[in-house]
Amino acid sequence: MAVTSDTSAPPARTGAPGRVPPPRTSPRRVAVRGVALLAVPAVVVLVVFFVVPALRLLWLSVTSPEPGLGNYAALVTDDVAVTVVLRTLGMAAMVTVVCLLVAYPYAYLMSLVSGRWRGLLLAVVLIPFWTSLMARTFAWVVLLQDNGIVNRALDTVGLGPVRLLGTTAGVTLAMAQVMLPFMVLPVYTTLRGIDRRLVDAALSLGARPVVAFLRVYLPLSFPGVAAGATLVMVLSLGFYVTPSLVGSPQQSMLAQFIAVQVNQLVNFGGAGALAVALLVVTLVLVGGVQLLTRTKGSRRATGAGVAGGALV
Amino acid sequence: MPETPNAPGAPAGASIEAEALTKVYKGSALPAVDAVDLTIHAGEFMTLLGPSGSGKTTTLNMIAGFEEVTSGRILLDGDDIARLPPYRRNLGMVFQNYALFPHMTAAENIAFPLRQRKVGRPEIDRRVREALELVHLGEHADRMPTQLSGGQQQRVALARAVVFAPRALLLDEPLGALDKKLRESLQLEIARLHTELGITFVFVTHDQEEALALSDRIAVFRDGRIEQVGTPAELYERPVSRFVATFLGDSNVFAGTVRDGRLDTGWCSLTTGTAGASAAGTGPAALVVRPENLRLGVAADPGANTLSATVTDVVYQGAFRRVLVRFDGGGAGQVRDTAGTGGAVAAGDRVEVGWAAEAGVLVPDDEPAATPEPEPAAAR
Repeated sequence: MAVTSDTSAPPARTGAPGRVPPPRTSPRRVAVRGVALLAVPAVVVLVVFFVVPALRLLWLSVTSPEPGLGNYAALVTDDVAVTVVLRTLGMAAMVTVVCLLVAYPYAYLMSLVSGRWRGLLLAVVLIPFWTSLMARTFAWVVLLQDNGIVNRALDTVGLGPVRLLGTTAGVTLAMAQVMLPFMVLPVYTTLRGIDRRLVDAALSLGARPVVAFLRVYLPLSFPGVAAGATLVMVLSLGFYVTPSLVGSPQQSMLAQFIAVQVNQLVNFGGAGALAVALLVVTLVLVGGVQLLTRTKGSRRATGAGVAGGALV
Repeated sequence: MPETPNAPGAPAGASIEAEALTKVYKGSALPAVDAVDLTIHAGEFMTLLGPSGSGKTTTLNMIAGFEEVTSGRILLDGDDIARLPPYRRNLGMVFQNYALFPHMTAAENIAFPLRQRKVGRPEIDRRVREALELVHLGEHADRMPTQLSGGQQQRVALARAVVFAPRALLLDEPLGALDKKLRESLQLEIARLHTELGITFVFVTHDQEEALALSDRIAVFRDGRIEQVGTPAELYERPVSRFVATFLGDSNVFAGTVRDGRLDTGWCSLTTGTAGASAAGTGPAALVVRPENLRLGVAADPGANTLSATVTDVVYQGAFRRVLVRFDGGGAGQVRDTAGTGGAVAAGDRVEVGWAAEAGVLVPDDEPAATPEPEPAAAR
């Protein structure tokens, strides 16, 4: 392998010979041809276990039970399907917002404290992440029962009982808890990379603390927020386990709806169309966020968002 | 809040006074800054100089408002600002790492303080343009900070810190991140800005050359206290302690005790001259002689000091040669030989090293344990 390849050209000149700004190395740009071999196992796995089934699904959606776009027409005209898609989008958005509201202050705290405390806060986020999803979901079922701990606590302060199990609120709560690490980690990675002196600079220039936060800190944390929000949103859109255990069939989300199509109605074509719709929505979302970060990103060189995404 | 740009005749810089300024960090027994008294005159270029951990940056951060004051007062033109938040102090600040907002262009960075002050749009545009011209970056208004070199970034930071016409500019090791060549050109830039703006500059550095080159006066910090305040010449020629003498410039230091107007080092007896003799009193003292005041050859005038030595090395430095010697009896020294006298001295040669009595400054030896022998201060 040619180690001394010409990709290691000197960095672009940046005007006067000064301290060279931190190198903006994109993994794509440094890629050397020989190194591409490293991607082969991943590509094989992806093609065999994702691309082929996805294409098969697409194929089914336009051929079964009969050739044509009937499945898609049904999807658009079927009130139930439309409702489920809209509900899924709404729930995913809700979960994303809840996660962001909880994760941002938490990640901010993590970026402020030092050493031991940071490790502790990180552990608090990660320990649930490492425990089984089923275990956590069943725990939520127990917690959210009509006479569960949550309701008894609400009862004590005179707010309950409230029906939580099988409701959208209950599902949102449980999903937000499951998704939290996916928001905390990228946001934290970005916040940790923000130079605290920038806030000092803003203060010295006459900005009140709130203004310094809104005009300087918040915009710089955007890549992490975008990465976290995309992850949580996309994962929530296709989430199956938690909604089906905590929620109810009447309030089903897209993944449950697909499962019903396959398992009970044996409607592979319809399920395929739904899955394709889910994929399209996801791609549109990811693409949209990419575009948004790109326009912002072109104005600032940061790997924080990418790093945040890569972390999880 | 005065919004007038610094037209000729506009109010010049503010005076800054620290009174018994003290900072004690939680969990630390020793204060980081220990009852510092310092008067910075209006329009003055004052440098806070000292090794790392000496309290100079903490002092600056207290003036800027980033560090809470444990006790003491900070007077800006007589008003105590020690309890004001930084955004109310109206002081410009330049950071070592530039601290430019990476998501804003150079022009937007410079406009930031004006926006905070609700300056009108046309006025902002005009003053941003002027500030960019001031630092010779007129064509770079729309560049992002990452598209600028280190030197250009620091000049944008300078423009941003003065565009709102603050009455003092605080600079925290602004040249620390730059390479030597650039540092020198920016030194000139900062000196020019100081002259043009006429406001007070408070400059923190650990680089004594920078301090000597730029300052009206220098405050030398050591262990949270100010060791000496004075003009560069005063500090260089009349240091009050061995610490100051060795921190600023190269020195030959002869440590010993004063007896009958002479310094007894244990291996030689030296004429002390008059300078600083009273300050040193009796007890451990050090005679400080700058390398450029040493001559190769026997000193002619009576009362001068002459020591025999062996040349250990000759370092050619272009404009001068640094002749390193070892004195008979002990101790190393260095002679800055500009004239090329002694022409062909080389390592191993026997030489006489002499200096006029008044070239030596006698100071209290405040670090006797650290360096028992005469030695050249950290060679540059």
